[in-house]
Amino acid sequence: MLTVTELRAAVEQRLDETGRAWLDGALTDAATSEPRPDAPGPARWELDFASAGRHVRTPATGRPVTADRPGPDGLGPVDLPDAARVLILHAARADAPTVARLYAHGTGAERRAVLRALPHLGLFAGADAVPLVEDALRTNDTRLVAAAVGPYAARHLSPHSWRQAVLKCLFTGVPLSAVADWERRARGDGELGRMLGDYARERTAAGRPVPGDLDRVLAMTRALPGAPRALTREES
Amino acid sequence: MRIFDPHIHMTSRTTDDYEAMYAAGVRALVEPSFWLGQPRTSPASFYDYFDSLLGWEPFRAAQHGIAHHCTLALNPKEANDPRCTPVLDELPRYLVKDGVVAVGEIGYDSMTPAEDAALAAQLQLAADHGLPALVHTPHRDKLAGLRRTLDVVGESALPPDRVLVDHLNETTVKEAKDSGCWLGFSVYPDTKMDEERMVAILRAYGPEKVLVNSAADWGRSDPLKTRKVGDLMRAEGFTEDEVDLVLWRNPVAFYGLSGRLELDLDADDTAATATHEGNSILRGAPAAAPAER
Ligand SMILES: [Zn+2]
Repeated sequence: MLTVTELRAAVEQRLDETGRAWLDGALTDAATSEPRPDAPGPARWELDFASAGRHVRTPATGRPVTADRPGPDGLGPVDLPDAARVLILHAARADAPTVARLYAHGTGAERRAVLRALPHLGLFAGADAVPLVEDALRTNDTRLVAAAVGPYAARHLSPHSWRQAVLKCLFTGVPLSAVADWERRARGDGELGRMLGDYARERTAAGRPVPGDLDRVLAMTRALPGAPRALTREES
Repeated sequence: MRIFDPHIHMTSRTTDDYEAMYAAGVRALVEPSFWLGQPRTSPASFYDYFDSLLGWEPFRAAQHGIAHHCTLALNPKEANDPRCTPVLDELPRYLVKDGVVAVGEIGYDSMTPAEDAALAAQLQLAADHGLPALVHTPHRDKLAGLRRTLDVVGESALPPDRVLVDHLNETTVKEAKDSGCWLGFSVYPDTKMDEERMVAILRAYGPEKVLVNSAADWGRSDPLKTRKVGDLMRAEGFTEDEVDLVLWRNPVAFYGLSGRLELDLDADDTAATATHEGNSILRGAPAAAPAER
């Protein structure tokens, strides 16, 4: 995962003069905003958060698709609005109630950005944002599901919720690479191994292919002594 | 043939429709917020609907290779229900969103004072947010409704060239065209316009500033009517360029007035990006947009 400084550099590198100026203004505004409990309506930086998608577009339109490949830093042009929103939340030092409000009033893209911002915010240490992650995991929008299973989920989701999240990713085609820290959490997790084994059996019984990622997680659930042995032979 | 359906209520349609629309050439659409066929009894019910038009429905459309934008408003029918009118006060929070390309559908249903107030207030909101407005004309008492609509538009802060008047027909097209507004026609299986009459109107009034939509919703309607009009235009001697003007460039020009139209299907929203491209969800490797015209 990129640090905030790296993320900002990666975003700025891809913007034209206008986009960079807009982002700079938005971040300054967010950084200098004061709490305004009695003011009506959203703060200026919250409007910037909402409208980021139309200000940080890539300059070129009609460009060939090959130009959209992510750079060496892993950031593709399509990540730009997400990244800009993450930077704005970070600059605003958004706390748990603030991200909850922005998530609740957000579009799909704004919700995704809130989820992707969680590991960069001061609230990361606490579990207050777990309800947002759980909300995203209840949706059928795979982009939200993918954003939900980042480092914050790895750190805070209960074992049951985390296992359900992994299973949902396999179900909906969200790649394992989206699931932060899955090796650590899956290691020796016999219950997850059982769930994956059951799922694999169900797919096989229906004549459907078993997702390739499933084997990798299943192997990890057996990586330590204590993983259920009965599954080992049946599933391989 | 590339098609932009400028008015269709996909919330009420199935994935079969999305597939058929894609196969017919539909690559972009606008879903106006409207009446759901069932009255809502609280503002919160609207906010869930708006959230859906800004999150779930664009995702569903993207899975079928179609760019989805929306217009938001309190519709005229429910503007008459005092349980719903608080929506007007919350609209500004939604009108800043990236996927919103106009205020709409607004206009008249029964031409009541409550509808007058909601229409005027929402034309002002459009002006305040740099958005154009989608104004439908009433189904009953249509010509009187059009005249009253054009009067209110004339008194508003929104210039007519940022207004699309919709559901026009033979009786209303001339006055609407003279007003300088964009002209919308809804082609339906048995009400509103049909393909033949649509082509006749295009012949009489020209394709400039004309938008054709299916307005498909939960009633008897056909999401492929746009394509059928395009086919009949070709059969009746219109050029490919004229078809493209009506079915693509005019809707792009009108909703493009918002500055928020994003037609890069290869970007953030394709199904392939979301579900089939390995780790592209987080890393942003694009899936190829269907480039076929
Ligand atoms: Zn409609």
